[in-house]
Amino acid sequence: MAYEFTKEDLKEIENIKAKYPEVMPATLPTLWVAQRRFGHVEPEVQRLVAATLGLPEAHVHGVANFYTQYYKVKKGKHVLDVCTCLSCQLCGGYDILHHLEDKLGIKAGETTEDGTFTLNQVECLGACGYAPMLQVTNDRYVNHLTKEKVDNLIEKLKNGEELEYEQIKMPQHKNI
Amino acid sequence: MSTVDWKNYQPVLLPDIKDLYKIDIYTKNGGYEALKSILTDKKKWDGPKAVIEEVKNANIRGRGGAGFNAGLKWSFMPPADGGPRYLACNGDESEPGTFKDRKIFEYNPHVFIEGALIAAYAMEVTTIYVYIRGEYKSYIDMMEKAISDAYKKGFIGKNIFKSDFSVDFYVHSGAGAYICGEETSMLESLEGKRGYPRVKPPFPAQKGLWGRPTTINNIETLAHVPNVINKGADWFKAIGAENHPGPILYGISGHVNNPGVYELPSGIPVLDLIEVAGGMKNGKKLKAVIPGGSSTPILRADQLDGISMDSDSLRTVGSMLGTAGMVIMDEDTDIVDVLWRIAHFYHHESCGQCTPCREGTGWLEKILLKIKNGEGEVRDLDLLLDLTTQMEGRTICALADAAAWPVRFTINRFRDEFEARCTKKSHAVA
Repeated sequence: MAYEFTKEDLKEIENIKAKYPEVMPATLPTLWVAQRRFGHVEPEVQRLVAATLGLPEAHVHGVANFYTQYYKVKKGKHVLDVCTCLSCQLCGGYDILHHLEDKLGIKAGETTEDGTFTLNQVECLGACGYAPMLQVTNDRYVNHLTKEKVDNLIEKLKNGEELEYEQIKMPQHKNI
Repeated sequence: MSTVDWKNYQPVLLPDIKDLYKIDIYTKNGGYEALKSILTDKKKWDGPKAVIEEVKNANIRGRGGAGFNAGLKWSFMPPADGGPRYLACNGDESEPGTFKDRKIFEYNPHVFIEGALIAAYAMEVTTIYVYIRGEYKSYIDMMEKAISDAYKKGFIGKNIFKSDFSVDFYVHSGAGAYICGEETSMLESLEGKRGYPRVKPPFPAQKGLWGRPTTINNIETLAHVPNVINKGADWFKAIGAENHPGPILYGISGHVNNPGVYELPSGIPVLDLIEVAGGMKNGKKLKAVIPGGSSTPILRADQLDGISMDSDSLRTVGSMLGTAGMVIMDEDTDIVDVLWRIAHFYHHESCGQCTPCREGTGWLEKILLKIKNGEGEVRDLDLLLDLTTQMEGRTICALADAAAWPVRFTINRFRDEFEARCTKKSHAVA
């Protein structure tokens, strides 16, 4: 399948390029545009990014492979990145990961047969005070996880519901 | 002994003001007055150097972990030559235990934007980038909005407050790499490359982004600047610990009842801070504290009496303030498990450029996994300690040190527990 950017994408990429004195800095943001459009940045998509920016394919390939958030292979519709790093480990991050493995019938790093969920174990996501937590498809954080909350989340995602941003108040604040 | 009066402290960085993230609410509460003052009040602020002097006197020690005086760092920028100069704001926070800068993005983005603009004026910077870790998608969106609002109001752009100062301000999203929090790696990432740290010298002030003078500051560091300009260096210096003054965003996580980010003066006794965070969960006893992110040496509960959260006090017991992201562990914590998990993190995040780090972090993790699984020997502990000395100081950036310190200090401070797990007998006699 041949991948192509839409007119809107190309306009966005032009806007991105205007932020920098050279073209190369647009590599990371353009990979983001591509991943949002196609759901992944497989080698064919990397080639499209390289051609669009006029940069060597090897450069784009090298960058895409360095950063963990770019999907170099196709993933499930929803990617569940469960943090198990230090504070999440202390607060039961592995229990959450194992619960999801049992519930989805897959191991960390795998995708369900129907392609709905990919489960990953990831490094610190910077939500240590709200552990255990996970991130859904590079976007929303879901904090203070319990098995019940995880079950609800899976149902929500299956039903195609949008996830709200979970605001966490500063502990000493009352008004905000 | 600490004399810091923190019980009556009122937050200034993240005050309890509803909807402060909105630009109109921020300006109603005195926002952008500091920027206006330095740009228009020529009697008070005799040019960029005067601003640098004030910030230098305040001694805002970098809140990203290194603790270097921000104003002094600014003064390292060479004289302007008419070409581009950059300020790169480091919002990559990824050190396990650290989750404070996101609170600024969410609750008071304009205090950071204003601080960055003041820094840009002081260093005669032409373009500001804020690098935010890619996982913080929600905060990237919030910052895009806040910056666009500030452009619309004329606080960013051409001839700000009708002065001759003009600057642009952009968000750059990361894409998942702890190493990009290292300042030169962040510059590589901003330039659109793999995040490999650069050899220093040349330092970024000489050759930074695209070979031009560049300064890198942490988000919280810059967010302190408007208050320093408004209230003066002496006001800032009077808060908290003498040698590490000012308010700090403490991120408290682990086994406490109310984990979260707390804005309080520097120099609070560690044990008091645990009480601030609601005390120990389930009434358990305290076992250990990692004071400032996973790379800062762990402290046993019995080391904490009279120790406070400032670099001098923590140094007396062999640790550091780091990012002030404090991780609390209770008596049931398996220290061997914790150290293995930290080693796994650094192994995963090593960029692979320098051999001692690429190979060393792997060996640390492998040996610790062996010990964790009950297959280790006591001599493995000494092998680990020997490995740390072969990694430390032998690489381009400090990731190898950050990986080595927790291993060395955790083994030294909890040797009994490690030995108890090393059940395999070495040198079986035939």
